Formats: sequence, structure tokens, C-alpha cells
Amino acid sequence: MSLDLSPPRVSLRFAQVWRRNLLVWRKLMLPSVLGNLADPTLYMLGLGFGIGALMPSVDGVSYITFLAAGTVCYTTMNSATFEALYSAFSRMQVQRTWDAIMNAPIGLDDIVFAEMCWAAAKSMLSGMAILLLIWLLGLSHSPLTLWLIPLTLLVGLAFAAMALVITALAPNYDFFMYYFSLLVTPMVLLSGVFYPASTLPQLLQQIGGGLPLHHAISLARPLVYGRVPDGILLHAGVLACYALVGFYLAVVLVRRRLLK
Amino acid sequence: MLSLRAVRKAYGGSQAVAGIDLELRNGECFGLLGPNGAGKTTTLRLALGLVVPDSGEIRVLEEPVPERAIEARRRVGVVPQTDCLDPDFTVAENLLVYGRYFGLTDRAIRARIPELLEFAGLDSRGASRIASLSGGMKRRLSLARALINDPDLLFLDEPTTGLDPQARHLIWDRLKRLVARGKTILLTTHFMDEAERLCDRLAIMDHGRIIAQGTPAQLVVGHIEPHVLELHGEGVSRWIAAHADSVCRRWETVGETTFCYLHDPQPALAALQDVRISHEPGSVQDGGVLRYLHRPANLEDVFLKLTGHDLRD
Repeated sequence: MSLDLSPPRVSLRFAQVWRRNLLVWRKLMLPSVLGNLADPTLYMLGLGFGIGALMPSVDGVSYITFLAAGTVCYTTMNSATFEALYSAFSRMQVQRTWDAIMNAPIGLDDIVFAEMCWAAAKSMLSGMAILLLIWLLGLSHSPLTLWLIPLTLLVGLAFAAMALVITALAPNYDFFMYYFSLLVTPMVLLSGVFYPASTLPQLLQQIGGGLPLHHAISLARPLVYGRVPDGILLHAGVLACYALVGFYLAVVLVRRRLLK
Repeated sequence: MLSLRAVRKAYGGSQAVAGIDLELRNGECFGLLGPNGAGKTTTLRLALGLVVPDSGEIRVLEEPVPERAIEARRRVGVVPQTDCLDPDFTVAENLLVYGRYFGLTDRAIRARIPELLEFAGLDSRGASRIASLSGGMKRRLSLARALINDPDLLFLDEPTTGLDPQARHLIWDRLKRLVARGKTILLTTHFMDEAERLCDRLAIMDHGRIIAQGTPAQLVVGHIEPHVLELHGEGVSRWIAAHADSVCRRWETVGETTFCYLHDPQPALAALQDVRISHEPGSVQDGGVLRYLHRPANLEDVFLKLTGHDLRD
């Protein structure tokens, strides 16, 4: 079967699909917000104060500050990933929402783009909640933390795009466990969310260096510490590549799946 | 309205659509009939631009498809085989959100919703959740949703499959009203009564080809003898052996029933009468019970003649 490899055709029509997801979210907001925000907040506070009490400082800051910078990215990643896997799969495969939309004058590429933007927007909100916590707890007073806002958008887009590739390939929900076990969990452990990646063996550090979460944290952590990150272009560029390549692959694979 | 010329689409080695020509006239209801897997749904998806043909030419409302499928779909309404309604929304929200996909303003859609709900017989159901609707209501909501953009052309993929008789009649009534308002309809079905009742013209598809086309009456007259005798019971085989060659033009046995197709039913009916008089039906000696039904030929006979009696799964 031949693949349609042509570049994605995206138009402003995507906005109506994005709005559809927003309307559903507004109806189911309370449990969704609770799940997206309460969990990472509790983890961050529990680990931050609990483990933080056992060690005086990491990178010259309190452990909870160290952890908070990682949690911003980690939470954003998780939120985008879950939305673009489970929720998008429901809409594509179970509810056939995408099929209904395609009968209207909206193309499939627009739908995939809307899903990516929606998952990114939702995950941005999760990252933003952690940022709010950072401010409220006084973990950082630097105005540089405002740069975390566009950063979470970029992180959200990258992980949403990657997850949509998996969604496009998934025969069922169970398939997503491969993605978590083989990619997401190792990435979290290699990217320095809970401890500095520099404590890992050289080889593992090198592997981690290619992963998007590593690049996200490489930008977020200095910002929380009030410093301008090194290699901004490289880190942001890698994240953008994951977003763009992921989106392109997702579009090609979803076309193969649905336009036949 | 809609035209397909020499359209082909193959998957792997098998031809889902093997070169079909179709031309829909303004304001008619056109039925696409065929057994499962005949290529009906693929034909609809080709016309919507959701499948790219291997060859051939498709025009929908003057737009070339798939090149300008999105523009064509602005003026098309679709009732898909599975309703795919949004379970998270109420009935009215389903219409609102769907209208937005056509670029309509919320105000324009909200102004249209009461009329659509009334048409669909869902007047008091605007605030209902989808899960609380019956199968027939969901189908009617699908139809209302397909009308949100006031389309010129409607595609319906098996609109009454899975519905009870009351619900089917209600859908039929609404479709007739739409045709009366000047809409053009293309529907797929495998119910012959539905096709006979609704469609001005029909095409019978099998194995990706259109094997017959015309009005329901033309198809019956052109493809089949006007009278049918359905014979069943243990005595059938003996009666067939004795009489069929002389009184039936053509016969066919499917399971327990033999269908005899006739131009003049009198000789066959007389032969059946003789059996009844000379033997007491039901006795073992005469080979068993013989029952029969004499009826005019219908579209189903045409369909079965053209597509065969084998099961299609």
C-alpha cells in the first residue's frame, strides 16, 4: 500500500476541531483539572520536602527547587502524552469523532493538527500550575521563569506529536503500555527529573542527551534558578524537531489508517 | 450533481470499485444496492474525497474530487453508517459543534437548531444526552446533523440498518420530505423494500461493478419474469421433477425453498392444483407436503438473480 507522503495541508479550519475539544473539556473540567494538577503537585511537595530533608542542596539550590524545574517539564510531558494517546485514540477509533468531522469540510491533516495543538494547550495548563506553585512557594523569584510559559508550549507540542505517532499505529489502548515502558519511563529516569543526570554512567548520559525531556529540562532548570540557559538554540531546536517530525509522521500514518 | 466516470479503486489485488459510471440528476433519490462488500461504501467515500481513486473522474456539485473535495463537502450532508455522534455533548450541542465545522456562526446555527430538531422528531430532546437516545433517535439526529449546512446533496449509508419498523418508516417519511424540498439523495441499502419505496432510480452493485441500473419498475420488468411461485415442503423435488420443465421458465432452489419464475402462472398453478386433488397432501406415499405462494416478482428477485444466493460475509 502506497503512503501519501505529501506535506501536511493545514488550514485555519483546525480551530473548530480544537474548540470542540475545549467544549468537552469545559464540561468535564473538574476531574480533569484535579487529575492533571493534584497528582504532580502532591508528588512534588512530598518528594521535595521528604527527600529534600535528607540532602542539603543539589546544584546549589534546595532539592525542592531542583525538583520543581524538572516537574514543570515532566508534568507537561505527561499531560500532553496522555491526551494525545488515550483521548485522541478514543476520538479516532472508539467514538469515530474524526470520521464525523471528515464528512464536514475539514481535512484529516487539520484534525491531526488540532489534536496536537489541543494536547499541547492542555499540557501547558498543567505546566503552568507547577509554575504557579513555584512562585507561591517562593522557590524562584526570577522574571526569567516567565520563559517557562512558551517553553511548556514547545514541550507540549513535541510530546503531543510523538504520542500521536503511537496513536496512529495503535490497535488498542493496551498498545500504549509499550510506549510508556519502552520510552517514557526510561526517558524520565535518564533526563534528570528527580536527580541530576550527571550522576548517571557516561553511556546513559549520552543516550539521555538525545531525548526531548532532557532538552526541555536543560532549558527549564536554569530559568528556575534565575540564569539564562546555555545552548538555547540547540535545546529549543531539538524540541521543535521532535514536534515537526512527529507531526509529519503522525499525519502520514493517520492518513494510511483512515483514508482508505 | 454527482458524476463518476470509469472510477476504479483497488486494495492490494482486489478491486473494491472496478470501473463504475454514475450520474445523479438534480432532485432525485438514487439508491445504490448491493450485498455486503459490493463496494457501496467505498463508492460513497470516493465521492466524498476520503479515498483517492486509482483512475477515473469524480465531480460533486461541479467540483472535481478529490482535488476540491473540501469545497464540495461544504454543500453535502452525510449520514454515516455508524452515527458517530459526540457522546460528551447534548443533542443540541452535537448540532452546534457540527455546524461550526462548516464555518457557520454560532448565531446562525442556533437559529437553525429548533427547526432541525422538529424535523427529526426530537423537539423536546435538545438538552438530552446522547446515551439516553434510542437507536432511531440517534439516526434521526444524524440526519438532522447532516442537514445543518442546508446541503444540496445528501449521502446516506444504510440509513435504516438496525432500526425497528416504526423507526424505519419515520426515516423514510423524512427522506421523502427532503426529496420533495428538492434535495438530491444518494443512499446505499440492502433492503429492497426501502429501495423500492424511496428511490427514483437504482444501481445494483456487485464485486465493485454496477451490474444493472434503472427505475425499480424497469429493473423488475427488464431482468425478471413477472410471476414468482415459491414452493416449499418435502414434496417440492418430486413436483419439480415432474412439472418444472413444462411449466416454469426458470427455477432455483435455495435452502428449503424453490423459486419458479414464470411469464404465465396458469399452467403451473393448474399443475399444483392437480397435485392437491390427486394426492392428499402430507401423506408419505406422495412424497410429502407441498406448499406454495404465488406473488408478483419484485426487486428482491432481481437482486438475487443478479447477485446470486450465496452468503456474503
